[in-house]
Amino acid sequence: MGIIRASKLAHAYSRYDENGQEREVIRAIDGVDLDVEEGQFVAILGHNGSGKSTLAKHINALLLPTKGALWVDGADTAKEEELWKIRQKAGMVFQNPDNQIIGTSVEEDVGFGPENMGIPTQDIWKRVEDSLRATGMTAYRDHSPNKLSGGQKQRVAIAGVMAMRPRCIVLDEPTAMLDPDGRRETLKAVMELNRQENVTVILITHYMEEAVDADRIFVMDHGRLAMQGAPREIFARAEELQKCGLDVPQATMLAHELRKAGVAIPKGILHREELVDAICQLR
Amino acid sequence: MSIEIKNVSYLYSPGTAYEMRALENINLTIPENQFIGMIGHTGSGKSTLIQLCNGLLKPTAGKVLYNGEDIWSEGFSRKNLRSQVGLAFQYPEYQLFETDVLKDVCFGPKNQGMNEREARAQAEKALEQAGVPKELFAKSPFELSGGQKKRVAIAGVLAMNPRFLILDEPAAGLDPRGRQEIFSQIAALRQARGITIVLVSHSMEDIAQYAQRIVVLNGGRIAFDGAPRQVFSHTKELEKMGLAAPEITYVMQELKKRGLPVDEGAITVEEAKDSILKALGRAMP
Repeated sequence: MGIIRASKLAHAYSRYDENGQEREVIRAIDGVDLDVEEGQFVAILGHNGSGKSTLAKHINALLLPTKGALWVDGADTAKEEELWKIRQKAGMVFQNPDNQIIGTSVEEDVGFGPENMGIPTQDIWKRVEDSLRATGMTAYRDHSPNKLSGGQKQRVAIAGVMAMRPRCIVLDEPTAMLDPDGRRETLKAVMELNRQENVTVILITHYMEEAVDADRIFVMDHGRLAMQGAPREIFARAEELQKCGLDVPQATMLAHELRKAGVAIPKGILHREELVDAICQLR
Repeated sequence: MSIEIKNVSYLYSPGTAYEMRALENINLTIPENQFIGMIGHTGSGKSTLIQLCNGLLKPTAGKVLYNGEDIWSEGFSRKNLRSQVGLAFQYPEYQLFETDVLKDVCFGPKNQGMNEREARAQAEKALEQAGVPKELFAKSPFELSGGQKKRVAIAGVLAMNPRFLILDEPAAGLDPRGRQEIFSQIAALRQARGITIVLVSHSMEDIAQYAQRIVVLNGGRIAFDGAPRQVFSHTKELEKMGLAAPEITYVMQELKKRGLPVDEGAITVEEAKDSILKALGRAMP
């Protein structure tokens, strides 16, 4: 069994009118089965309102299933006594860096989590040190977080989660508000955590390019899991993705268009280098 | 009609320990009926510049002219200016506050002194042009999806009938289809109303697709101002500024380097496709 497993997971909530009458029931997640292996890098794609963020909030028990169940490292999120264990195992990073930084200096912010967990001071310092190093933020440890760029703030947020030594980190559109540089540095930090520290990563994103290096992609559509597979399989299905309100990376799109025009380009191109090689071989 | 920024510099908190130079000697003319893309890394001065355009900020040095008139001269109506130069901030949905969509969009025109009926007509037209279906007019803005909220917010600015519409990352947080819909709506709007759009975005691909002219800000100065193909040909310089060329341009540059006679200035998938087909000696479809 994987580190995160969902079985027939559903989350519904009601909308009420002014008189307090239930007007409609919204099924934000509607029967999702999934299994994420420890150490994997997973990307979740889906249109706005497809249920991605609702799903993410279930992973550290910010939301609880209304039907079905979700387990984090074997612990059922619906059991209250497991709550703190689950939140230590699955950390979360949100979209807006300004909403999740509280410390007056970078190291204080990063140390907040482990301090709250009652870790001995000596160990807190070690964790802060390690987390800053892993996210490339050591040089900024004495800086005030509000003077940092967006990408740097997100790296601090990631370091803060890392200091709690979670087994899994869920990032809900961490790059949506960042410029290209900030996007690059945030993703690099996430990638390194996954590759070097073996932390399971669940990345929710609207940028298709950020999903190409994932081990596995889950596509959500109207609260259901519409597609799952390796990036090459998923992005080869350009038309289906577009039906889900999504897209494919530009290099994949160009390959797709060339193939439609009769050029013998293989399916499953993800990176610009692959496309360049494929085209050069045609000469 | 035009907005002219002449030798403008802007300092935040001048004379204090927190003094920070946001803009340095900016010269920029924004004419009528143009689609301008504005790019620059975080802190490059984009937000400061757009707030100077409609008089929300006053330049520390230099002048901002609207139709040749200094907007900070005595007697100039900046209230009037702000309905001519509409500004939609990042996350425009936070600008919504009324109880239903139509009322929200009526707020601007009513504030301009229009009566109920006129304001309604303006609002309905703006909502239609921003791509908001009629069924949503009576809904609470807070019941809408992210994309719908953004459209309503854009309609709210449009209803004031601006000649210039400045949009700061209007599609942030939207899925690919939502982005595409918002941008094509904005492009259609420019056609329908003959207005100028200034689009601030971090997506080089979106800018390449829609803008006729690109202004690049770096460290409070204008680094490039020109046609998209020309601006994106400065790949190395853009990267040094924390920006990039569109993904497709990198593919074309690499193909060229490998000896395929393609147009390395292509910035969209369509241009790239046509150029590669030609270079491979295939007939254009």
